[in-house]
Amino acid sequence: MSSAAPVEVAAAGEDTSLGAILRARWEALRAGEVGSLPVIFGLIAITIFFTSKVGIFFSAVNFSNLIQQMAGVTVIAIGVVFVLLIGEIDLSIGYVSGVAGVVVAELQMPGSSHDYPGLVAIFVALGVGAAIGAFQGSFIAFLGVPSFVVTLAGLLAWQGVILKALGSQGVIGIQDHQINDIANYVLTKNWGWAIAIIFTVGYAAAVFGTILSRRRAGLRSGNIILSVARVAFYGALAFAAVAVCNHSRGVPLVGLIVLFLVVLGAYVAGRTTFGRHVYAVGGNAEAAHRAGINVKLIKILVFSISGAMAAMGGIIFASRLNSVDLTAGGSTILLDAISAAVIGGVSLFGGRGRVSGALFGGLIIGMIANGIDLVGYTDAVKFITTGVILLAAVTLDTVARRRQAASGR
Amino acid sequence: MNAPPTPTLALRGVSKHFGSVEALQEVDLEVRDGEVMALVGDNGAGKSTLIKCVAGIYSIDGGEILFQGKPVAIHGPKDAAKLGIEVVYQDLALCDNLDVVQNMYLGREEHDALFRLKESAMEQKTAETLASLSVTTISSVRQPVATLSGGQRQSVAVARAVMWNNRVVFLDEPTAALGVAQTRQVLALVKRLAEQGLAVVYVSHNLVDIFEVANRITVLRLGRNVGVYEKDKTTQQEIVRAITAGAAAPEEVEAVT
Repeated sequence: MSSAAPVEVAAAGEDTSLGAILRARWEALRAGEVGSLPVIFGLIAITIFFTSKVGIFFSAVNFSNLIQQMAGVTVIAIGVVFVLLIGEIDLSIGYVSGVAGVVVAELQMPGSSHDYPGLVAIFVALGVGAAIGAFQGSFIAFLGVPSFVVTLAGLLAWQGVILKALGSQGVIGIQDHQINDIANYVLTKNWGWAIAIIFTVGYAAAVFGTILSRRRAGLRSGNIILSVARVAFYGALAFAAVAVCNHSRGVPLVGLIVLFLVVLGAYVAGRTTFGRHVYAVGGNAEAAHRAGINVKLIKILVFSISGAMAAMGGIIFASRLNSVDLTAGGSTILLDAISAAVIGGVSLFGGRGRVSGALFGGLIIGMIANGIDLVGYTDAVKFITTGVILLAAVTLDTVARRRQAASGR
Repeated sequence: MNAPPTPTLALRGVSKHFGSVEALQEVDLEVRDGEVMALVGDNGAGKSTLIKCVAGIYSIDGGEILFQGKPVAIHGPKDAAKLGIEVVYQDLALCDNLDVVQNMYLGREEHDALFRLKESAMEQKTAETLASLSVTTISSVRQPVATLSGGQRQSVAVARAVMWNNRVVFLDEPTAALGVAQTRQVLALVKRLAEQGLAVVYVSHNLVDIFEVANRITVLRLGRNVGVYEKDKTTQQEIVRAITAGAAAPEEVEAVT
């Protein structure tokens, strides 16, 4: 319990010069708030390592491939972020994604009685994922069964459902263009530039809209130079990404889908009442309940978001392979998605983390898998590396919490 | 004291049992605007149960709750909040991961038609409320509650209770975990609440604190009323006797049935 020296509300923290902000950042860092630093260093280290091994790792073609490879896991990780934020876990996401793949494949089957347009199949599959999530979530919310066990049961049961549905033939091909375009369509170069412009303008509008609204309310609005720098940085990043993609084939549609879902998720978590309640439930469920928040409803909604995101990931996987087979939803999908969220800085203890962490974590997991494949290492190396990085990320989270507690934060 | 006609909040013969355990047996409690009513009793006297009944966490099994003279039904925290009854719990019920503004508005966030949060408006109102209560020790309303000291956290919890134009505020052991200086702060804050015209129910074990802030004192023992005492006409010894032995005193205003 640190008793801070009394400071006037109005007078405090008015120093918004760059120097003061940097000093405050440094203090926060020492107190264990490492923020996105480990991820940035990780991305740089991985890039340097694999580029030194195989030159093609750092190429336009591979960047475009990487986007398509990481998309599925990243989308699933968005759902994982929400589940971790309320302090729960969802182990069923891997096979829920597989179920969604099967649903999509079944509903487009040419020559059968259920040959629906691709988009219809996609929306039905998303609905199935959300319904599975809500079903599992209701056991957790109403009956208080631990989420670990409920979703572990889901993991087994949905795998069984996939095996049953695919039967002896074991594979369903997908010929529907709408479905296959999800993971494989590439935007024209002009559309790519248009998206970079829309993203930058939208981001600038959000940042400066906030500043304007705070000014109008007579509140401190931070350092304007820092805000301009932030907009310039992310804008430049968007244009650079589009430029690199356009250098090979163009921006993959699935990259745009991932970006859209991350921005949507970040908006829901950070700017809406629902998002605020999610953080509250993760921080102190009892306090949230006493404040009149419907904790059970929040839990069910979060698990159905997790289910829907898993379904979207499964649709992306099925689309990329143009088929679903008996391995759908298996392999390392579950662990990769959870690792992505945790590496992206989302706490396993609930209440801390951002949706954008899914994107950064997904990028790290995706780059490692991509690099190891390019170098020609075996899966064994891939598993060991991912395991070590996951352990490092969780350790960092735990140590950060301890340091925060020790420094009275 | 010329007693005003209607108490802001009155409990009449309220009972609550858990299975065969009688937690509250026909308990009476009343509090008026601008008054601090202390609620005292030993462990297991039913103080916390009574608070939770008023807050809508528990439903009552018998008796009635009158708000400004009219019987009301409280089935959940939202009902209590709608009447303007607010409880500051012993454990404060704050979310450590959220900042001061977010905690002040927890469950009652201001938003537009699209459920977008109105952050600027909420931050402004929070700063105003803290200033109006002369809470000057919190340097930034955007720091997470986890970074605050015990007294600061208590101030946030109390400020949250008064921000909503509440009529009745229950404070459950607000100084139990605090040091001397921080206790001073909180007691001053409690007095300011009453000066602003709120009805305050102050639950505590600490008789020194109670004799400093309270106007009247209600004593509970084993889930029953012992009596209501005017602070100016009683002594700490008498209150201690009432808490431990349940001895009815001559100054007793309302007799136990």
